[in-house]
Amino acid sequence: MSNPSNLRYAATHEWARQDGDVITVGVTAFAIEQLTEPTYLELPAVGAALAAGDKFGIIESYKSTSDLYSPVAGTVIERNEPLVDDGKRKGDPKPVNDDAFGAGWMVKIKLAPGATLDHLLTAEQYDQQLASEGH
Amino acid sequence: MSNLRTPLFQWHVDHKARMVPFGGWEMPVQYAGIGPEHKAVRSAAGLFDISHMARVSLGGPAALALLERIFTNSVATMKDGQVRYGLVCEDDGGILDDVLVYRWPDGFAAVINASNREKILTWIESQSDGLYAEVRDQTLDTTMIAVQGPKSVELVAGMFADDVSGLKYYYATPSRYKDKPCVVSRTGYTGEDGFEVIVPNALGVALWEEFIAKGVVPCGLGSRDTLRLEAAMPLYGHELNETIDPIHAGLSWAVKFDKGDFIGKAAIQKATADTTKPVRVGLEIEGKRAAREGCAITDADNAQVGTVTSGSLCPWLDKSLAMGYVNPQFASVGSALDIDVRGTKLPATVVPLPFYKRKK
Repeated sequence: MSNPSNLRYAATHEWARQDGDVITVGVTAFAIEQLTEPTYLELPAVGAALAAGDKFGIIESYKSTSDLYSPVAGTVIERNEPLVDDGKRKGDPKPVNDDAFGAGWMVKIKLAPGATLDHLLTAEQYDQQLASEGH
Repeated sequence: MSNLRTPLFQWHVDHKARMVPFGGWEMPVQYAGIGPEHKAVRSAAGLFDISHMARVSLGGPAALALLERIFTNSVATMKDGQVRYGLVCEDDGGILDDVLVYRWPDGFAAVINASNREKILTWIESQSDGLYAEVRDQTLDTTMIAVQGPKSVELVAGMFADDVSGLKYYYATPSRYKDKPCVVSRTGYTGEDGFEVIVPNALGVALWEEFIAKGVVPCGLGSRDTLRLEAAMPLYGHELNETIDPIHAGLSWAVKFDKGDFIGKAAIQKATADTTKPVRVGLEIEGKRAAREGCAITDADNAQVGTVTSGSLCPWLDKSLAMGYVNPQFASVGSALDIDVRGTKLPATVVPLPFYKRKK
């Protein structure tokens, strides 16, 4: 499994992609493989303020329920709406399973002033973490 | 202690199964995905490596009496080739395991949960006072494969030396596969029609690949768990353990008080009159979120009245379903409760079990 080198990673298996001060966040393909296919996703409302490491959502599979942690500090400016239930429509988190690093993105976060991605792992470091965990 | 591997281990790895430790074994949890595997079993057929289940033969003149002593269901009334579900209990009625007993013309066999293999073998030995039976653990010498689903009957046609398609539900027959002895039973743990086949290890991969070549979908423990949950079959370590008796587990049908004495009989009889202990129920949860083992079940006053033992979104019914134990006054069908999932209250209703029942 290859972890894209243009992304940064949290030890808790979220990825972050920087475009200026907007950070797109999802979870890694490795995490999804461990979780098995997602069945339910809960994401924060647009406008929610997050510190790095804050819980920002919940992902469920047939097997387990896991918390999602924000890799960066900032404010949620967009959610990947088709993935989540909105009361009128049942969300389908399938893109998270099929394309974890692409169509399966979850939220876009506007970086808090002064916040950076420097504390996050590079792809190489994340690969090493997975290898050291025996994967 | 490293985990055991079944003769199909390499096949699973080669076919991109995700392997997990389970009951002392390294087993596949899924190949293509739990959802598609589950649906394949309900709509066509799926294939399970269940070689981790313990297979034990019991022979000798005292085997019947020994089994009657340690098993809650009746053994003497079984016909040759019949398979029967029951419990192995302690003196206080606590469940040590749920097992299948097979009756043969010349002896008996039992299929025991993987995680309980050593516990039950030790238990049999410790309870055999005066009743010597020759107990042989054949788990590591044989491969056990389950084919489950409505297409199972047509799939087994011509595969074995005997026509097994006429086998009655919960019956087994010795036969031959590729000229070697095997056992075929019409049993399973998915809520579907199907067969479980035991072959010598040398033929395990051949049997597996013959089913795969016929289009049967390989399935892991993940879908095995969601299938058995949908069919409301208890799983040892979740719905059953040493602090739960068969009555409150809803398994009184597998206890025969009129068969003579057996270990736990007095305590289980007493349990039939105990209307204070929590009982096993089925719960349907609003929405798609799953309840998980250990979640508190609460009443309208937010008081805990029970605990979830298994829960998942179930792929075939596409409902969030759970089993758990609740205090008896909240156990009737229609009872409205809440399940506390990580601080969020999910509304749930007690519904009849099983959640899913196949059309005959």
